[in-house]
Amino acid sequence: MSSLDRCTIHEHDVIVIGAGGAGLRAAIEASAAGVTVGVICKSLLGKAHTVMAEGGMAAAMGNVDDRDTWEVHFADTMRGGQYLNNSTMAERHAKDAPARVRELEGWGAVFDRTKDGKILQRNFGGHRYPRLAHVGDRTGLELIRTLQDHGIHQGLEVFMEMTVVTLLKSGGRIAGVFGYDRDRGRLHVWKAKAVILATGGLGKAFRITSNSWEGTGDGQSLAYHAGADLLDMEFVQFHPTGMVWPPSVRGILVTEGVRGEGGVLRNSEGKRFMFDDVPEAYRAQVATTEEEGWRYVCGDKNALRPPELLTRDHVARCINREVKAGRGSPHGGVYLDIAWIKEKIPNASEHIKRKLPSMYHQFRQLAGVDITNERMEVGPTTHYAMGGVAVDGNTQESTVPGLFAAGEVAAGLHGANRLGGNSLSDLVVFGKLAGEHAAKFAQAHTAVEVDPAEVEAHTRAIEAPFERSGSEGPFAIQYALQDVMQDLVGIVRTKDEMEQALVRIGQLRERCARVSVCGHREYNPGWHTALDVGCMLTISEAITRCALERRESRGAQFREDYPQKSAECATFNLIARKTADGSMEVRRRPLVPTRPDLAAIIEMMK
Amino acid sequence: MPTTHTPPSTVHATRTVEFKVWRGDSQGGEFKSYSVEVTDGMVVLDCIHRIQADQANDLAVRWNCKAGKCGSCSAEINGNPKLMCMTRMDTLPQGEPVRVEPMRSFPSIRDLVTDVSWNFRAKKKIKPFKPRKPDNADGSWTMYQIDVDRVQEFRKCIECFLCQDVCHVLRDHHKHDEFIGPRLLMYTAMLEMNPLDTESRVADLKHHDGIGYCNIGKCCTKVCPEHIGITDNAIIPMKERVVDEFYDPLTRLFRMFKPR
Repeated sequence: MSSLDRCTIHEHDVIVIGAGGAGLRAAIEASAAGVTVGVICKSLLGKAHTVMAEGGMAAAMGNVDDRDTWEVHFADTMRGGQYLNNSTMAERHAKDAPARVRELEGWGAVFDRTKDGKILQRNFGGHRYPRLAHVGDRTGLELIRTLQDHGIHQGLEVFMEMTVVTLLKSGGRIAGVFGYDRDRGRLHVWKAKAVILATGGLGKAFRITSNSWEGTGDGQSLAYHAGADLLDMEFVQFHPTGMVWPPSVRGILVTEGVRGEGGVLRNSEGKRFMFDDVPEAYRAQVATTEEEGWRYVCGDKNALRPPELLTRDHVARCINREVKAGRGSPHGGVYLDIAWIKEKIPNASEHIKRKLPSMYHQFRQLAGVDITNERMEVGPTTHYAMGGVAVDGNTQESTVPGLFAAGEVAAGLHGANRLGGNSLSDLVVFGKLAGEHAAKFAQAHTAVEVDPAEVEAHTRAIEAPFERSGSEGPFAIQYALQDVMQDLVGIVRTKDEMEQALVRIGQLRERCARVSVCGHREYNPGWHTALDVGCMLTISEAITRCALERRESRGAQFREDYPQKSAECATFNLIARKTADGSMEVRRRPLVPTRPDLAAIIEMMK
Repeated sequence: MPTTHTPPSTVHATRTVEFKVWRGDSQGGEFKSYSVEVTDGMVVLDCIHRIQADQANDLAVRWNCKAGKCGSCSAEINGNPKLMCMTRMDTLPQGEPVRVEPMRSFPSIRDLVTDVSWNFRAKKKIKPFKPRKPDNADGSWTMYQIDVDRVQEFRKCIECFLCQDVCHVLRDHHKHDEFIGPRLLMYTAMLEMNPLDTESRVADLKHHDGIGYCNIGKCCTKVCPEHIGITDNAIIPMKERVVDEFYDPLTRLFRMFKPR
């Protein structure tokens, strides 16, 4: 019996891989266009990493400050991305986000309200005006639950707890996908005319991360092996505030909303160190006194923002500097203090619990810290991939015909650094766009046949770990890779360390080829991890090679050996691609020129 | 209420704890013992992961966020339905083995993983949200915070299904075909109380969803990791609406003449 005969065969016009915000929004859109849609997700529906998004969703609705417009949001996004962003995507994102937020309300989302009954918006790093529509500090849950509860009535076929191992191609086009179900370990082929990748991020390649087990870079790796270009892989966002104590929760996210609500960062000397170093591009936008920063938080339109609300790349580096200089907290972080607002407002304790309920519970239960009374200890944590699958900014199609991408797995919108709040809006703006164009592609093309030999080869590859015995299991390899990336390709990078990392990644790939798993095919995390590690190795190599090639410090990339921005490096993005011999090549691609009218907006807002 | 803990310390005290973890599938299974080195601040899920990494690579467990936000790692710890990621080891009795088993109201898949697909099928049968026309030209609605506070409480639900696990109507009486359980009764209440919604689900609550089976034991409320007032704030008001609609013609008649 051939491998293809052993597979359960499914047929859809469009297959969406991933059921977070982008995947669900894409699926809803494609289904509305009249094509058949299947959604494959590694977890149960509604559990994807979107659920962890806390602070909010950026959209220039101007509900709290009517000076906000799409032009300001666009300029903020480009400045935050250090101008490596795809400006067409940044324009669409800023223009469409308000309508996507209102659409969610029509599907059942219930955002926090202003006094006059509109959607409330809060301050966040790098956004000039209060712009984040939110629900306390659980906005991601609101987004995913709304899309889930709406989506289940839109005729989607959902395949929960299934993993895609490879994209199937025929004649240069996408023919479908191949994978397995996690609960029984059975093989599946989904035939499709178009495939949308919405698989999210890759933080699990690092030791300290806010990402769940799912963030193993599957989509980036699938696209790469299918011949698609990856873009800007060197830019990995280290969120400045993750938990640092106790050890078992290290890396869990502490929302930027804490700072948006008035939280301040202090070192062990009690000093608000963020005032010490304000980058040139933001000097005209940042308060010079603590008192002015507080007035900004309270909504004074004449005040400038406190330096804690600078972009994430910068805040993370400042925290790193304080810790290295010996001014950190006992467990290697700094202090984040929201309790101090008691000096400023009555009922501060209730206010904090209402605006930041998850943070209150998270610290209370996991760290034994009452954030209404005590300071939090925080430090940088691997959070988000700005880089990913290169897409056409007007369609979300990758360089492989019929393969689309949206959300974190796609690249372009955020450039060298993402602003907080721009991710949730990214998901729905570009999820919708990907769904629309994948449906169009499916309507314009006939299906192509799946190649049985391809299925055969991949079946053998994924079953091989069961046939080996006695060699090491997958977890040791995963942990070793996480150490390599954390220690050698982390928040501060050098050529020597990254070259060492490439050697180690190569050794780990050899170990991975010999990995063995015990037990059966049914819900076997050892087997699943053995396969996920392959993806992590691929994207780790891409991150490292691109980071080596970018010989400058910009946005999320900080090179100790090239600590300044370089004018030359401002002119290109980096592309990682699989060559004919199977090796990875990195090449420079000149920046897509910005339209003159958009360039004028950027210039005006500088 | 969450227990308060001693302040953070740089000294990591280590102790060895015996775990009894249920291993098996739909055909049956047994508790297997594992010893785990436990340090400060560890939660039950950390211990399960440590067992998985070092002693049993194939130990099946569902998890995602590890911060009490996704509701994936529900299990019964020493007989109590809890999220493994939010159960600190120092809240459990010291010196005794820790027993971890899957939610018992759902069919076993393997080890700690259960088949919760019934919840998804049952939810799909509930009439979806149907908003009134937008109030404003830009497609938005005007709603005040005070009108959405209750709905937002219900929307905190992370769908961990611990309330479904503990409800005796499902757990002991297996009324899955006639009763949607606390999670979905609350979901229905959330839709009914949304100020924009124009649909009515009260007849369904009585005829299809089995709201009458709930005898207000409040077990669901007690296990809710989000501390949602499932019984008091969601189920009882829905029971009242059913009573108003179907069992109290006098009140209805009276209301018809009452000035609004």
